[in-house]
Parts: sequence; C-alpha cells; structure tokens
Amino acid sequence: MAQKAKSNGKVNGHHAHHAHKTRVEATINGEMVEFLCEPRQSMLEVLRDVLELTGSKEGCLTGDCGACSVIIDGRTVCSCLMFGVEAAGKNITTVEGLADGAKLHPLQQKFLEDASLQCGICTPGFLMSAKALLDRNPNPTEAEIRYALAGNLCRCTGYDKIVHAVLDAAKAMQAGG
Amino acid sequence: MHEINYEVPSTVAQAVTMLKRHGEKARPLVGGTDLLIQLRAGVRRPEYIVDLKHIKELRQIKFDAKKGVRLGAAVPCIEVHESEVMRKNYPGLTEAAHLIGSLQIQNRASVGGNLCNGSPAADTTPALIALGAKARIAGGKAVREVAVEDFVTSPGRTVLKPNEILVEFVIPAPKPHSSDAYLRFIPRNEMDIAVVGVGTSLTLDGDVVKAARIALGAVGPTPIFAKKAGDSLIGKTLDNAAIETAAQLAMEAATPIDDMRGTAEFRKHVTGVLTRRTIQIAAERARNK
Repeated sequence: MAQKAKSNGKVNGHHAHHAHKTRVEATINGEMVEFLCEPRQSMLEVLRDVLELTGSKEGCLTGDCGACSVIIDGRTVCSCLMFGVEAAGKNITTVEGLADGAKLHPLQQKFLEDASLQCGICTPGFLMSAKALLDRNPNPTEAEIRYALAGNLCRCTGYDKIVHAVLDAAKAMQAGG
Repeated sequence: MHEINYEVPSTVAQAVTMLKRHGEKARPLVGGTDLLIQLRAGVRRPEYIVDLKHIKELRQIKFDAKKGVRLGAAVPCIEVHESEVMRKNYPGLTEAAHLIGSLQIQNRASVGGNLCNGSPAADTTPALIALGAKARIAGGKAVREVAVEDFVTSPGRTVLKPNEILVEFVIPAPKPHSSDAYLRFIPRNEMDIAVVGVGTSLTLDGDVVKAARIALGAVGPTPIFAKKAGDSLIGKTLDNAAIETAAQLAMEAATPIDDMRGTAEFRKHVTGVLTRRTIQIAAERARNK
C-alpha cells in the first residue's frame, strides 16, 4: 500500500540540499515496477521522464484536456494531477499496456479503421477513458460514451469518429474480437 | 514545482501529529485536483504534503437510519455517486458530486477537498449546507463540529487551523417526505465552474412545508446559507406565491460580482430561477418518499 513509500530525505530534521528521492513500488501494465522519484514529480513526469513511457501526453497540466489519462485501480485519472509517490501499491495501466504484443487492442484497431485521430496527441487519453468505460460497461450507448469521454479534448476530429470507434470496438469485443 | 516532502499518515492521530510538527509549512492532500494546480502556479507553497486518503475514517460512508450518514472527507466524488445509500437519501448532494469536472476528476476529488479548497463556487458545498451537514474536525483537544455554512471564511480560506483536519461530514437522516436538490448554471453542458449553484432541502407534510434550507454558490465570497429564503417556506402551503417569495429572498441573499463567468445582475436573476427549480425538484422527490 501507499505506506510503502518511504522518503529517503529526513522527515523530521535537516534536509540535504539536493533533491531527495523516494522509492516507489507499483504494478504498471501488469509488471511490478520499482522506481525512484522526487515527491514533487507528477505521475505523468514519472511515466514519461523516469519510466520512459511517453505514450501519456502532457497537454494542459490542469486536468482539463485528459491527454495524460491513465487507469489506476480501474479508474481513469489525469496523471498530471497526481504525484508519482501516490502510485505506491497501485495497479496502473497506460496506453503502452493496451496492445497484446503486436496485436492491437480492439479500441486501437477501430480508432485506426474509423480514422478517429489526426494529430494524435489526445489519442492515448481517449483510449484509456474508452477502455475504462468498456471495462465497466461493455455495451454503452452513444450518450454514455460521450459522457465518459467528456474529460478528453480533441481539437481535430470533432469527436464523432472517436465515438463511432468506441461503439465499433464495443461491438467487436462483444463478438469476441 | 518547488521541492516538497510527502508524508502518508494512516491514522487521524498520526496526521494531526505531522501537521502540528509542520504548522503553516504543511498542506493536506486528498484528490489533489485543485492542490497540484495551485502548487504549479505557486499559489500555495507548502514544504510538506500530508496525504490523508489512506486514513480509514476519512474513506468511509456509514449510514444509520436514525443518525444519518457519516461521509468521510476523503471519499472520492465517484464513490458518493455510486453509493446507493447516498443516492437514495441525499440525491441533491450526490448529483452535485457527480457534476464536478470530468470522470477523471470525480475519481480523485473528494467532497471534503471541495469544501477545504474554500472556493465560493464549490458544487457540493451548497448541497451540504442545504442538508444541514456538520463538518467534524480533529486536531484540537477534542473533535469539534462546525456547520458547513460556517466553514469557509473567505475565498480559499476556512476555519481549519494548520494542525487540524476535516475528518468527516455528519448529515442528518432524512425525515419522512423530505428530499434535496442541487442545480448549477454553466454556459455549456458539462465540465465547467458554476456561475450560480443552488442547493435546497425540503420536508413536507402533505402540501405544507415543515422544514426548508436553501444555500447558494458562486454568488458571494463564500458559499451562502440563505436562511431567510428557506425559513419563508416553513408552515406555508407550497404554492407559486410561496416559491416566488423564497426565490426573491434568495436573490436578496446573493452578493455576486461581475466576472468573466457572468454579470452580477445575471447571477442574481439565475439565483432566483435555480431557487424556484430546486424547490420544485426537492418537493417532487419529497412527495414520492
């Protein structure tokens, strides 16, 4: 659990001038991972700069755009609004964990087939929000999809193609695809 | 972001000890959806972040048909919305929790954090005030209780002392034929900050109002308990004239400013509109219970 996060810097007393790092253990994309980070680093910075998982994107840094969305213990969060040290003991899925080896996740496949992206910056976040939705509700209505994706902004597509891809992926997954 | 230290207490006593040690240098963390933005912007510069969300008392929803609910301050908004007990007994508060930001935000943000952030526009605060919720605060010699309407003292400031934490809310059990409602006005469908928010709770005896509380958000420097507006309904038959009087009194209680979200005049007007509508919704719900 999170109590495992132990500060190397002294909590009570003097601090070294260099940035102190904390050791954190978490499950990321199915693998137990141990990493060192500064307490001030966001989960997004840890993913991108420490773990070199650069699929999650930095957009607004205020929780408005959703480009940094990851799934933590089954729920989507903006990784820019969470400290990396808070990941201790958590089960985290990023866009890198979606595909099964060379086989794309049905959501990724349908995003490609339905041309649901142009510049692609928002896509990892949309995929994670869509995955969290389908994990809880395998057969969502269009309205439910639009609600679940309301925290992800896209300036290219006008959203329709994204919504269609999620509907198509749900169908494909129900059919066993 | 400046350098910080991160601490994770697992009991209220530990949290209070840590906060006492650090004094003004510490800031509690729950969902972080306001705090991380404030840290990046340099609005708050604490040296210590004390993460309260692993304390059991702060994470529970405990309902008792007589005593009401104890809602832990760190329960994420999404868990409030998913709780059947909360949806059934406090639908207005539950809706307010489900209006805050996106799912990504609701999955992290808590009702307690929404209050402690001290924003006058916090969606869940008017809903809590309407329900007569009390905030239970630890850190002093004994746990103290503060009515939610007295909690926020100015924008971003609350009654919490540096060594104190908000543990939970105590919300009275709903009386027979009572219910609540919360509505806010925003210029788009989802994902915005309230221009005006109104929370109302009502208890009916047939068509006569036995109890009523109305609270307003985003129309003053703090959330506002519009006591006269609610009191005006008590003992009256809930007809159009009674609702109109309450709406007028709510508008009088509002002290809005002009800003980018709306003019003061518009906000006053919308306060009246939302007061009427929340009374009607709460009454409809109360009749069906």
